[in-house]
Amino acid sequence: MRAALRSRPAHTALHVIPALATLTLLGGCDMVVMNPMGDVALQQRNLVIFATVLMLTIVIPVIALVGIFAWKYRAGNKEARYEPDWDHSTQLELLIWAAPLLIVICLGAVTWTGAHLLDPYRPIGRIAKGRPVPADAKPLEVQVVALDWKWLFIYPEYGFATVNQLAAPVDRPIEFRLTSSSVMNAFYVPTLAGMIYAMPTMETKLHAVINRPGNYAGFSSNYSGAGFSQMRFRFYGMTDAGFTAWVARNQASATPLTRANYLTLEKPTVNAPVMRFGRVAPGLFHAIVNHCVIAGSVCMSSMMKMDAADPSAMADEKGRATPIGPRPQSPLTSTDAGGPPPANPAAIPQRGPSSPDAQHIPAKRPL
Amino acid sequence: MALPMTPSIPTVSPILGRFTIEALPLHEPIVVATFVAVALGGAALLGALTWFKLWGYLWKEWFTTVDHKRIGIMYMILGIVMLLRGFSDAIMMRAQQAMAFNGSEGYLNAHHYDQVFTAHGVIMIFFVAMPIVTGLMNYVVPLQIGARDVSFPFLNNFSFWMTGAGAAIVMMSLFVGEFAQTGWLAMPPLSGIGASPGVGVDYYIWSLQIAGIGTLLSGVNLIATIVKMRAPGMSMMKMPIFCWTALCTNILIVAAFPVLTAVLALLSLDRYADTAFFTNTLGGNPMMYVNLIWIWGHPEVYILILPMFGVFSEVVSTFSGKRLFGYTSMVYATLVITVLAYLVWLHHFFTMGSGASVNSFFGITTMIISIPTGAKIFNWLFTMYRGRVRFELPMMWSVAFMITFTLGGMTGVLLAVPPADFVLHNSLFLVAHFHNVIIGGVLFGAFAAINYWWPKAFGFKLNQFWGKVSFWFWVIGFYFAFMPLYVLGLMGVTRRLRTFDDPSLQIWFIIAGFGAFLVAIGIGAMLMQFYVSIRDREQLRDPTGDPWNGRTLEWSTSSPPPDYNFAFTPVIHDNDAWWDMKARGYQRPVNGYADIHMPSNTGTGMILGGLSVAFGVAMIWYVWWLAALAFVGILAVAIGHTFNYKRDFHIPATEVTAIEDARTARLVGAAA
Repeated sequence: MRAALRSRPAHTALHVIPALATLTLLGGCDMVVMNPMGDVALQQRNLVIFATVLMLTIVIPVIALVGIFAWKYRAGNKEARYEPDWDHSTQLELLIWAAPLLIVICLGAVTWTGAHLLDPYRPIGRIAKGRPVPADAKPLEVQVVALDWKWLFIYPEYGFATVNQLAAPVDRPIEFRLTSSSVMNAFYVPTLAGMIYAMPTMETKLHAVINRPGNYAGFSSNYSGAGFSQMRFRFYGMTDAGFTAWVARNQASATPLTRANYLTLEKPTVNAPVMRFGRVAPGLFHAIVNHCVIAGSVCMSSMMKMDAADPSAMADEKGRATPIGPRPQSPLTSTDAGGPPPANPAAIPQRGPSSPDAQHIPAKRPL
Repeated sequence: MALPMTPSIPTVSPILGRFTIEALPLHEPIVVATFVAVALGGAALLGALTWFKLWGYLWKEWFTTVDHKRIGIMYMILGIVMLLRGFSDAIMMRAQQAMAFNGSEGYLNAHHYDQVFTAHGVIMIFFVAMPIVTGLMNYVVPLQIGARDVSFPFLNNFSFWMTGAGAAIVMMSLFVGEFAQTGWLAMPPLSGIGASPGVGVDYYIWSLQIAGIGTLLSGVNLIATIVKMRAPGMSMMKMPIFCWTALCTNILIVAAFPVLTAVLALLSLDRYADTAFFTNTLGGNPMMYVNLIWIWGHPEVYILILPMFGVFSEVVSTFSGKRLFGYTSMVYATLVITVLAYLVWLHHFFTMGSGASVNSFFGITTMIISIPTGAKIFNWLFTMYRGRVRFELPMMWSVAFMITFTLGGMTGVLLAVPPADFVLHNSLFLVAHFHNVIIGGVLFGAFAAINYWWPKAFGFKLNQFWGKVSFWFWVIGFYFAFMPLYVLGLMGVTRRLRTFDDPSLQIWFIIAGFGAFLVAIGIGAMLMQFYVSIRDREQLRDPTGDPWNGRTLEWSTSSPPPDYNFAFTPVIHDNDAWWDMKARGYQRPVNGYADIHMPSNTGTGMILGGLSVAFGVAMIWYVWWLAALAFVGILAVAIGHTFNYKRDFHIPATEVTAIEDARTARLVGAAA
């Protein structure tokens, strides 16, 4: 067990309660959930403590009363009053329904506000207590793909991708967009923020910020098959300079993450090493979410529009008005399978209405 | 170790389906050793039964019985036997997790370990907790309402054998093929044919489908019994609390289990017929499965705990020598829990991104459930207040329950706060929470009930010494086993992990493993308690039928009760009917007996159960001819049974007189 030598930053909230928590909850060991380094996780921790303390106000008396009554009214104690037919008291009944009710009302109010303020979809409003997000701050977008059994992180702003290594500069809001290639996983960096599921053909979001540089654990927190235990990654909180250097290191990688490379990467492996891809095929994340990485497959977003009988369903598929079109010659020779990266990473069409390339138009409409 | 992501087309033989000799896990020494042990034990058991010529007795008196008491006892035996299997899985997990550090892989590979934790969950819920709960209700409810049997005695026998058939299929997966490696709820896409092409998930589906039929029919049966067969004078608000909780549980069963059946049927269609209900493409969505399974799954936990709330109500009141405090609020609390049980399912997956308002709604409904539950705890507390509390074993379990369950309830409400759940969901904190309520609530309740009603079922009390040994090892072992998991959850450790890379976690897993070891001693002591009590039954004999100075009707008849339960149907004036009768100087009638109309035994239930095993196994292994044959067989036997007109008989008055006179003599002897 490691001693908790990590000192808490001065700006973290509620100084008294963490001290209490450290005392009561076996301060000796490294309870990352109780001692996180990201503001979102910290607020969630505070709610854990608040709810626990609130409930203890009733739980401790109940447990004490069990002990007291069991002792006082033991059969051997003939001194105690014995009223075998006493079975009702309106005042007591009111009390035993009202006391938990009051606690639930209080906790319910906190739940309502907490669930909304800490909704993973909601952009964060502050970097730490008393430090609102600057108006000009641009969140760091990270696209997360849970693969069997490793994590792919795409940084669209910088045009590179990594496997099993995630980093972010301290105090910069991060916006995660998450999906999965095959089965359900949950993305969890306990020190950063609560978990969120990563699910195939669905996209979830998580907003967070890391407040201290460091090397932290991240993993899948939803069982996903044989290699689940090894589905871990490291998350680095970095200074701005450190992050710039890390970005440059990743961008320097000669291996591109083409669609073909992605399809190889997607195959199940256990204990995958850290990998770096200097460039990423445009629209890859969108294609993963919409199940159309394989050239020639129709994107689900397009399919849904076709199913909704939208005559313009394919209008954005490179000028084609109908879903009928030629299949590409070979997936590996298509333009985005290993093609050069775009000159300006910001121009990569990553979100919004579907705009995959012409290769994704199916030969015929699927059943 | 690689997981095929595309369905491999298995070679299906027309005779044996996809069964081949490779399906036997001969390469797993642990499984082979277990199989040898089980085979030897089984052979010894079968040999003993033959040697002592017990087959005829078992068939005539037990397997074909329609007596609710014997069926209840068979359910309890099934539950306890399966507890041993489920607990073996638990010990294996604890050992694996305590070992797999510093690069060690432990002793279980992923394929084996993933089956172990899946089987542990499935067995403990479906084949331990459910049979114990159903068995208790079966045994106690008709006696408490003054009935001679349940409404549909044959259906009861059939239900039991369907549950037994499901258990047999689960056990078979240990030695033939494999079990699911998906976690106990088999969530797609992981449980789809693409990610799980083997027989494991099919074992899961068919064992639960077949057992589920038994559970559902038993629910129908008990509702009808409670609604229609109460003794004269017993209005709903004069029913013992256990009957109320049983009624609510069975309403939950009847409303919830069809959802499970439907969702598993959809999953089967996805796996067998290539439909796409839960696929990611073609319009399917795995989140539908998650929602549906939890719409069954959350009521399921109340199905398990409500009858135990009833047990504790009976036990606390009896051993405090006092009327239950707040009977009416207890009834309403039970009803509120029954309704709310359906409004909380989404709290199992706040982290799937449902949005803040949806999460808040389900979080708050979950907290609201804690209000009636809290009221119940207070009611037991004030039942002890101004009582004369006798600390017999059932009462000891009840006090341990009140403390343990309050803690587990608190962590449950904590998990109902969505932002807190975001950091604790799927962690070992969650694992600790639900073991805290299921062991502290359901199992402690089961042990209280066994110690409480054993004298009724067999006519002698259970040995106190071994009972206390079992109690202390269980309770202390529980805290050792699960408090470290709370700590680990706060350290950010997730569930279902097989290996670990942070060595600072190991000490906590070792403590938890030690706790599991203590629990193992507790289980051993419990078996010892049964053995010693049966051996010393003459010293422990209770001739009165009312060893605890009981309050409800089951204590008014002999122990064990005669086949017909009550020679005369009692008339009820108070919700503590037997206490009221004793207080008013009730005299047991000793003459004037009449013929008693009773249902006849039948082997149809067991035959249908056996055919269901054949059908399930055939479907699992793609042996289509056998599946068709077994299905036709099931229909034929079921239809054939409708032409069985030897359904009932009368116990002649002379025989009733003889039985009751013998009891009169015993009572006189006891009084002398």
